[in-house]
This record gives sequence, structure tokens and C-alpha cells, in this order.
Amino acid sequence: MSLIESLPRLRTLRLPRADGLIQWIVPLLILLIWQLACSSGFVPSRVLPAPSDVVLAGWKLLLSGELVRNIWVSFWRASVGFAIGGGIGFAFGLANGLSSLSNKLSDTTLQMVRNVPHLALIPLVILWFGIDEQAKLFLVALGVFFPIYLNTLHGIRTVDPQLIEMGRIYGMSNAELFRRVIFPGALPSIFVGVRFALGIMWLTLIVAETIAASSGLGYMAMQAREFMLIDVVVLSILIYALLGKVADSTARLLERLTLSWHPAFQNGED
Amino acid sequence: MQEPLRLLLSDAQAVDSIEFVEEARLARWSSEADSRGLSLTIRGLRKSFGDNEVLRDIDLHIPSGQFVAIVGRSGCGKSTLLRLIAGLDQPTAGHITFGEQTRPEDIRIMFQEPRLLPWARVLSNVEVGLGSQRKSADAKARAEQALVEVGLQEKRGQWPAVLSGGQKQRVALARALVSRPRLLAFDEPLGALDALTRISMQRLLERVWHEQSFTAILVTHDVAEAVALADRVLVIEDGRIANDVTIDLKRPRERGSAELAGLEGAILRDLLQGADGTTDL
Ligand SMILES: Nc1ncnc2c1ncn2[C@@H]1O[C@H](COP(=O)(O)OP(=O)(O)OP(=O)(O)O)[C@@H](O)[C@H]1O
Ligand SMILES: [Mg+2]
Repeated sequence: MSLIESLPRLRTLRLPRADGLIQWIVPLLILLIWQLACSSGFVPSRVLPAPSDVVLAGWKLLLSGELVRNIWVSFWRASVGFAIGGGIGFAFGLANGLSSLSNKLSDTTLQMVRNVPHLALIPLVILWFGIDEQAKLFLVALGVFFPIYLNTLHGIRTVDPQLIEMGRIYGMSNAELFRRVIFPGALPSIFVGVRFALGIMWLTLIVAETIAASSGLGYMAMQAREFMLIDVVVLSILIYALLGKVADSTARLLERLTLSWHPAFQNGED
Repeated sequence: MQEPLRLLLSDAQAVDSIEFVEEARLARWSSEADSRGLSLTIRGLRKSFGDNEVLRDIDLHIPSGQFVAIVGRSGCGKSTLLRLIAGLDQPTAGHITFGEQTRPEDIRIMFQEPRLLPWARVLSNVEVGLGSQRKSADAKARAEQALVEVGLQEKRGQWPAVLSGGQKQRVALARALVSRPRLLAFDEPLGALDALTRISMQRLLERVWHEQSFTAILVTHDVAEAVALADRVLVIEDGRIANDVTIDLKRPRERGSAELAGLEGAILRDLLQGADGTTDL
């Protein structure tokens, strides 16, 4: 009896601290095996460079300033494209969620455009903009637009009508109703859109920079490929992964801060 | 083993003592407070949804400060009547007039669902009830006072998600009370609560009604609840008021007493007869 009772308490005591470490065991193990496989010659360095070589390549590029410049260029494209596409998507989501006239006018058109995969536009975009900045910004903005638009719209449409009626009964003006009821109610869904859009944002940028760019991480990888610098190629891939992770973690953090009322976020972990 | 006992005790504490109610009643009679409740007159009221005529020809006068309960079979139009009184819908014909000029804050309605904003703390949820006075300097103090009245002041900083069903409904009551309404309409506010919480909420309703002397209109499925709380029970049938029973019993009423049981039985029989054999209340 006393043993069974004490078990769950023990688990909850130990889990939070162990949790932080446990999740790093597998990645570290993979890294170790990778390093051993390369340095023992089991995997030829033409196929995959050792992690130590990748770090070394990163260090050299860091010293020459090339790495920072390319990361900055990619980061700038990602955020500006996200801001433009996300902003427009959010605005359309709000307008169509709140006004049935606006919804009738634009929703069908937007749903039709949605069926065109935005990466299929790359040849057209290159014809329009060449390999200038606009080309990348356009593609990122287009890719980001739909998840944000759709989820904002969905969030607003699914706000509990009983809460809206309650707000009206208690004399809220339209602006107040939006600020106190509709927007907070739509926020969880908007965040789903943001996180989805962040994924699309990096994916679009990788493709666009690989095909049509003269700077940025994708360009750096393509250049390295021409000179057979496989360590730089792997480095670029890893940095992309890292940037994606950073973006997602930022979104999660924001989510946790603004949705602290939500039962799903009340225990810290999601 | 001790759980049920503890629950009983804490609920008994939440419920206010009978002397308190009696005191409040005396206070009410001796001051001018009894003119606070809004009287209400309904003439020739009809309401249809398309071809479905839900209310046909309702005539009703409710004097200031009366506690009226409305019972009737499911779908007979109780909620519809309440929504018309609260001004949430417009009648097809007829009119509803109040004894005096009213402000929007004078009439409040409470639903079966608490309808709290999940993203606002308990205190801000209560502040919502102030309506146009939400921005006044004493808004917070008034909201706190309303929370004290329903016995939830220690939950002021909580999210609604962590409250129990009964506590949520008490927050909703505080929100309805905070603007000091003169008419309060309840649409089965206790319908989703367990029996014990229900009784404690009934006493809470009775107490605040005594203290604040508003006119109360309570829609309920529970005839026992109607006769225990109300001065008058209206039975709605076929879109009309089929029966108007005055409950002339001294308060506080003793639950389970023979008089209450007798009245409850009479009203129930009446309801079942009108139901043409179907007993779906
Ligand atoms: N907005 C509406 N549109 C169309 N019909 C409605 C609407 N609201 C209510 N009705 C109809 O009016 C009738 C009465 O509904 P109401 O909700 O007033 O019943 P009720 O007496 O409150 O029932 P219950 O006890 O189950 O809550 C029902 O037949 C219902 O279908
Ligand atoms: Mg109803």
C-alpha cells in the first residue's frame, strides 16, 4: 500500500530534471557514432564528412565573415517574407472572418489560388524578378500567406457564439468585442497557422536560394557543391535545421506566454 | 471514506445561515430598497420562428421584487420568453414594458452555461458585468465586492478553467450581480450542477435576491426547485400560461416539508396531464 502510494510521487519528483537530459542522449549518441564511423574510415569523407570537419569548416567560414553574412541574408529574407505574407494573410483572415461581404468577395478566389503549389511558380517568378531579392520574398510571402490566412479565418469563425452573445449582452462595443472575445478566442488557431507557416517559410527559402540566388545559405551550399566542399554543404544543411528549430521554439515560447490561460499550457509543458 | 463528509461540511459553510436571510428580509422591508426591483408587464406577446408559433398570446404582470419561476415541458418556449424579456430577441407581436425607465445594466440574464471568458481571470470576468461602467474608477472594487457576495474572493486571480462547475456558475452570478441589476433572468442556471451544489446555489440565489431585492425570473426543469424558491410559479403549455400558482409559504422554507411536497405534486400532475400522455418534462 505504502509502496504504491509513494511511486507516483517519486516519478513526479525525478522527471522534470531528468527530462532535460534524457532528450539529448540519442542525438549525442548519433553524433558519436557518426564521428567514429568517419574517423575510422568506415564512411569515406567524400560521402559524409566527420562532425569535427564540419565544425572546422564552420569555424573557417566564421573567421572569414562569410558565414555570418550568408546567415544574415537568409534570416532577413525569411523574416521579411514572413512579415509580408503573414501580415496580408492575417488581414484577409480577419476581414473574411468578421465581414460576410468581404468573405463572399474574396474567399472563393483565395481557395482557388491555394490549389496552386507555390513552388511551381519558381520558373515564372524567375522570369518576372530574375534572381533578385523580390523573387525570394515573393515566394516566401506566398507560401506563408495561406496557413496564416486559413487558420486566422478558422479561429475567428469558431469562436464560441455563446461568448459573443454574452459580450453583446454586457454592452461591449464592436472594438471591445474583438479585443476581449474574438481575438483571444482565435489566438490558439492563429498560432497553429504561425507554426505551420514557419515550416513552409524555411522550406521555400531553401528551394529558392538553391535555385535562384547569389547569396544566402542555400547559395553557399550550392557554391560548395561545385567545389566539392562537402563539409560546407553539410554545414549549411545543419544551420538550416538549427534556424528552423529556433523559429519554432520562439513561436512556442510566444504561445506559452500568451495562452497561459489555456488548460494545455498550464503545466508549463505542452 | 471521509471525502463525502468533508464535501457536505464545506458546502454547508458556503451556504449562508438562515438567520442571515431573515435579517436581510427585515432590512429590505424597512428601507426604501423594495422599490429597486423592476416591475414588468407583458401584453399580447407572440413569438414565431417561421411557421413554428412558439408563444401565443402571453399576458403577464410581475410586480416589483417578485421571485417568479417558470416551468413547462422541454421546448415549450421558456427560454424564448426569457430571451424576449431580456431583450435578446424581438417579439413577433405584443409588447413588454417595464415599470420604469431602464438602462441596459438594469436587466441581466444568466444561462445554464457560465459563459466565462477562458482567457480572463475570475476578477476580470466579473468586471465584464459592469457594462458601460467598466471603465469607472471603482470598477475593480465593485467586482471584488460581487465576488465576496458569492463567496469566491479567494479565487479572484484564477483562470476559469481551474474552477469547478458550481464555482464557475457563482462567478457568472457575480458578473450578473455586479451592475446591481433590477431584474435578473435565470435560464436553468443550476441545470448542470450536481444535487448538493444545486441546493447550495439555490440558497445563494435566494440570499442575494433577498439582499438586493431585484425582480427574479427563474426558468427551471425542477418543480421542487420552483416551489422552494419562488413566490409564484407559472406553468407554460402550448405557448400560453396554463397555470399561475402563488406559493404563499413563509421563508426560509423547509425543504421536504409536506406543504412544498403538496404544491410540487399538484404542479407536476398538472404538467403531466397537459402532456397528452407523453411524460417528457
Ligand atoms: N432561434 C430559433 N430559431 C428557430 N426556432 C427556435 C429558435 N429558438 C427556439 N426555437 C424553437 O422554439 C421552441 C421553444 O424553444 P425554447 O428554447 O424556448 O424551449 P424551452 O422551453 O426553453 O426548452 P428547454 O426546456 O428544453 O430549454 C422550440 O421548438 C425550438 O425549436
Ligand atoms: Mg431552454
